[in-house]
Amino acid sequence: MAYDKFNILKSTAYPLPIENVDTDQIIPARFLKATKREGFGDNLFRDWRYNNDESPKEDFVLNSDKYSGKILVGGRNFGSGSSREHAAWAIYDFGFRCVISSFFADIFKNNCLNIGVLPVQVSEAFAEKIFNAIFDDPNTEIEVDLPNQKVTLLGTGESEIFEINGYKKENMLNGFDDIDYLQNIKTEIKQFAKTRPF
Amino acid sequence: MSNTLFDKVWDSHVVRKIEDGPDVFFIDRHFIHEVTSPVAFLGLKTRGIGVLHPEKTFATADHNTPTINQHLPVEDPLSANQLKTLEDNAKEYGISHWGLGHIKNGIVHVVGPENGITLPGSTIVCGDSHTSTHGAFGAIAFGIGTSEVEMVLATQCIMQPKPKKMRINVNGKLGKGVTPKDVALYIISQLSTSGATGYFVEYAGDVFEDMTMEGRMTVCNLSIEMGARGGMIAPDEKTYAYIKGRQFAPKGKDWDTAMTYWKTLKTDKDAEFDMEYNFQASSIEPMITYGTNPGMGLGISNHIPLADAVKGGKATYEKSLKYMGYEQGDSMLGKKIDFVFVGSCTNGRIEDFRAFASIVKGRKKADGLTVWLVPGSHEVEAQIREEGILDIITEAGFVLRQPGCSACLAMNDDKVPAGKYAVSTSNRNFEGRQGPGSRTLLASPLVAAAAAVTGKVTDPREFL
Repeated sequence: MAYDKFNILKSTAYPLPIENVDTDQIIPARFLKATKREGFGDNLFRDWRYNNDESPKEDFVLNSDKYSGKILVGGRNFGSGSSREHAAWAIYDFGFRCVISSFFADIFKNNCLNIGVLPVQVSEAFAEKIFNAIFDDPNTEIEVDLPNQKVTLLGTGESEIFEINGYKKENMLNGFDDIDYLQNIKTEIKQFAKTRPF
Repeated sequence: MSNTLFDKVWDSHVVRKIEDGPDVFFIDRHFIHEVTSPVAFLGLKTRGIGVLHPEKTFATADHNTPTINQHLPVEDPLSANQLKTLEDNAKEYGISHWGLGHIKNGIVHVVGPENGITLPGSTIVCGDSHTSTHGAFGAIAFGIGTSEVEMVLATQCIMQPKPKKMRINVNGKLGKGVTPKDVALYIISQLSTSGATGYFVEYAGDVFEDMTMEGRMTVCNLSIEMGARGGMIAPDEKTYAYIKGRQFAPKGKDWDTAMTYWKTLKTDKDAEFDMEYNFQASSIEPMITYGTNPGMGLGISNHIPLADAVKGGKATYEKSLKYMGYEQGDSMLGKKIDFVFVGSCTNGRIEDFRAFASIVKGRKKADGLTVWLVPGSHEVEAQIREEGILDIITEAGFVLRQPGCSACLAMNDDKVPAGKYAVSTSNRNFEGRQGPGSRTLLASPLVAAAAAVTGKVTDPREFL
């Protein structure tokens, strides 16, 4: 089933320079009771974003008027913990199309790729540059160029190349997903299944 | 060519290798539960496709179930709807379903092995990161997201790049009061919460060879807490003895064929790993965590490290201690506790309740403490009764609840209130994991028992 195509994204960004942001923070378990993929953005970072009385916490980045955009820049080891894809859904539903970090947890990274949110892994040094650029000027734009696998700070022109495997890149560029691929080789899979002893 | 245990199992499940892409990876067993499967089934419906191998798929309700009065209707309408959705989907697609109240019901990673569904050399996935538990049997088992749940339902395959290989050797003999949970928390404290990201781990050495299957499951369960996709242990006589005779285990001639294969499942002598760690059992003492990720753990007699002494960002470290209400340099012993939770896919097996009972026997629950004892399955619950453990814990003032994930992730009503401290045998001490504002100290069932009778962090070796 196709999702959004990703080509070149030019956007301002929200900075969240905290390490080890786990998926329980991205979306707490008590909001996982839905049976449809709807409305998760409202509860993105729920307990960091809202007080107990539902009022917004003013010092949290998503509540700040200064920041905007379709890119979330997170600290090292972003998305650790629970495999809940709801975390990626919440990020997407809030409006993000790209997450940048110097290090991602595996399952979260896969989940993002599977729903069309691009995880961009940069060096520690470049992540630092991005954070500083956003803190200096919240209106600074970042360009994420998937065809050339390049992320650029448009203010200074500094850039870095990021990695993505060729297969996933094609999927992201065209909005294909893995089931499309797997469905097409089902005969081969069925043959293989016969060879499994149990 | 020399291969690792992981190579042998992985390579035999690759349907197709994609150039500059992932492997098409065949899955032998797929566990599903109520929280991460509904949207996957919706996806199938939208695409108009069915479940390719319902007989390789097993559904159980666990994440979002009450742990008291399970015979009554579930009060929360959202939870009730999620349970009903799983039941309906299982029925529609012909998948076996062990729902609430079913005699086989329990936490997916407890009931899978209990029923002989988990087998050496097999590949197992579930929309739950603690699927790594099943690696204790020499299986490749790991957690997946809902999109991948849909892929497996539709095609019995997922698309995965092969992870790198790590071996962790722990040799020597464990000291008194040191359990498999402590071994795992120790390793995670040494490697950090992301130290094994990108790797699949094999645990090797005396300590794991000496461990029971329950203990091995605890260790493999926690692999994800250092970022590893999964962890595994080569099968041996203990593994075969555990599996033999269980409902779904191979029988008769199939058993003999399986055994012939299973005996090949070990890392060859010259096989190479991308990374290898060696630890000594003697360096491990009963562990406890003091921060907000499982890597922030220490020997129970130690003091919380100073910010300057820890790797990583100082701001993140200080945020974590502030959340916990602790100061750098504090001693963990004597810290006041409000709740104790024994259960979860990490430590909700019979051995864990035996350990708990060994300390609380002849003692009394500390005043003012709330203690939740939640068996991992009905089978564990039955064993607790049969072995007389229920009498011991009842005598000591504790109550046994009904099976489920419970306070490990607090999706149901088993929530630790804001600001309160819980010693928990579960797997995550993240902010708010056990309820908004809750503060979690991860530890073994022995440490939990010592806290349950004293109301504070206590070295369990005092009672042994």
